[in-house]
Amino acid sequence: MKRGGKPKLLWLQSITCNGNTHSFLNHPDLFSLLSHFELLYHPVLEAEYTLQDILEGHVDCDILVLEGAFREKGVAKGGVEISSVIEYYAKQAAHIITAGTCATFGGIFKQYDPEHITGFCFDIEEKTTRHKQYADKLISLPGCPIHPKWLGFVLMMIAQKRPIAKDTLHRPLELYAPTVHTGCARNEYFEWKVDTEGFGLKEGCLFYELGCQGPYTHGSCNKILWNDVSSKTVSGTPCFGCTEPDFPKTTLFETKTNMGIPAAMPLGIPRRAYLTVTGVVKSFKIKRFEERLIEYDR
Amino acid sequence: MTDKKALKRESIMQVALQLFSNNGFHKTTIPDIAAKLGMSVGNLYNYFKSKDILAQEIIKYTSEILGEQIREVNMLDISAAEKIHKIVEIYFTTAKEKPEMIEYFLRVYLSNREVFSDGCQGMVCVSGFTTEIMIFFDDAVSSGELRNQDFFSAFGLFMGYLGGMVFLKGEGVLPQDIDYYIDDISRNIYNALKA
Repeated sequence: MKRGGKPKLLWLQSITCNGNTHSFLNHPDLFSLLSHFELLYHPVLEAEYTLQDILEGHVDCDILVLEGAFREKGVAKGGVEISSVIEYYAKQAAHIITAGTCATFGGIFKQYDPEHITGFCFDIEEKTTRHKQYADKLISLPGCPIHPKWLGFVLMMIAQKRPIAKDTLHRPLELYAPTVHTGCARNEYFEWKVDTEGFGLKEGCLFYELGCQGPYTHGSCNKILWNDVSSKTVSGTPCFGCTEPDFPKTTLFETKTNMGIPAAMPLGIPRRAYLTVTGVVKSFKIKRFEERLIEYDR
Repeated sequence: MTDKKALKRESIMQVALQLFSNNGFHKTTIPDIAAKLGMSVGNLYNYFKSKDILAQEIIKYTSEILGEQIREVNMLDISAAEKIHKIVEIYFTTAKEKPEMIEYFLRVYLSNREVFSDGCQGMVCVSGFTTEIMIFFDDAVSSGELRNQDFFSAFGLFMGYLGGMVFLKGEGVLPQDIDYYIDDISRNIYNALKA
């Protein structure tokens, strides 16, 4: 980056559904945000260079945003292996952001060819050979899709030359240290172990029956709301755990239980402690939690 | 609480446990318990504010003791069938050597619900025991040894069976010593719950 110049931002895609590109377009301050950068290339936004220019290596970048899962061979754009293009720019970039779960861990596209398709620096949670080379500039932003404001936050931190604290998977702690459960509007029902009676209802918790992974998934979905208004769990859909390396699991709408006991415990909670509390709390019937919040037919 | 006071509290619970189990909850009075301990009624109230509170503390106490033993079984690296055998053994050995503990559960706790309705609802006072049974089931289903089903259908089968046998023992109608039934009952429970 030239002294005093804007950081040069390059967005490259590999094996992707475009979900992260589209999600980013929902950032309410997208153009204000982008005004802090020199946008070299983006798959759908007007930018300074064409894809052909990028493939030919005519530019240099400061921030490389990667979208999509990675395969060494067999994925080409304009007749050029995209893996070689990514490596070319990854070497010169000061920051590499893997945007979305596919670019970070392999994600949904890994299911197609589990042996060869991975994230850029992680294969699920195992480090790939590239990790060592790029670890010092890697920022993981998993999510399916990425939350536009999480990407916005990271870009602005880079623009302002602020340090970003990360976990062992390189996820920014500011965004991924809490669980998705944090801030969920249904926490009161979780505390008192009251199940919801169905998808989309305002009442009840989705953890016990309907597969919610919020209590053991890292992310700020209920702190930084989607479209500034809601989240999966608030609207009555279970969290699918999309920021975690093992995403996607199966049977996303059903809690796996062993004789009624959730197979996965809330993050860091010992099973014995959880079951003791649950057994006690379930012994109480709280009338308020058995009623609808709003009786629409009255 | 000082160690001395804690020990005294425990000895009150042990004596009350015996009297409640042998003579019935309503027929046992606080003066009876105090007299057996050689302490004044007033002093006993310093430890437990009422007979109901004493009764509630006893069920927590017995539940913790049984739960602690099952916890040790849960920590062992053995099959679910072997764990079932050990749990049955613990339950029946307790019924034989400390009959008042199981009798208390069957004849005081389950038979005088009004005493326990405020403070010991549902699993509140027996969680020390039920938590360990939950962990046993969870492990055994995870390992593929037991069939996945609703917790209470399995819990009822397991504990209802054991409670029923101890009740029959208490009534003096079992032709054999309760130890005699450990192997068969363990096998029956395993066969009923296995995957």
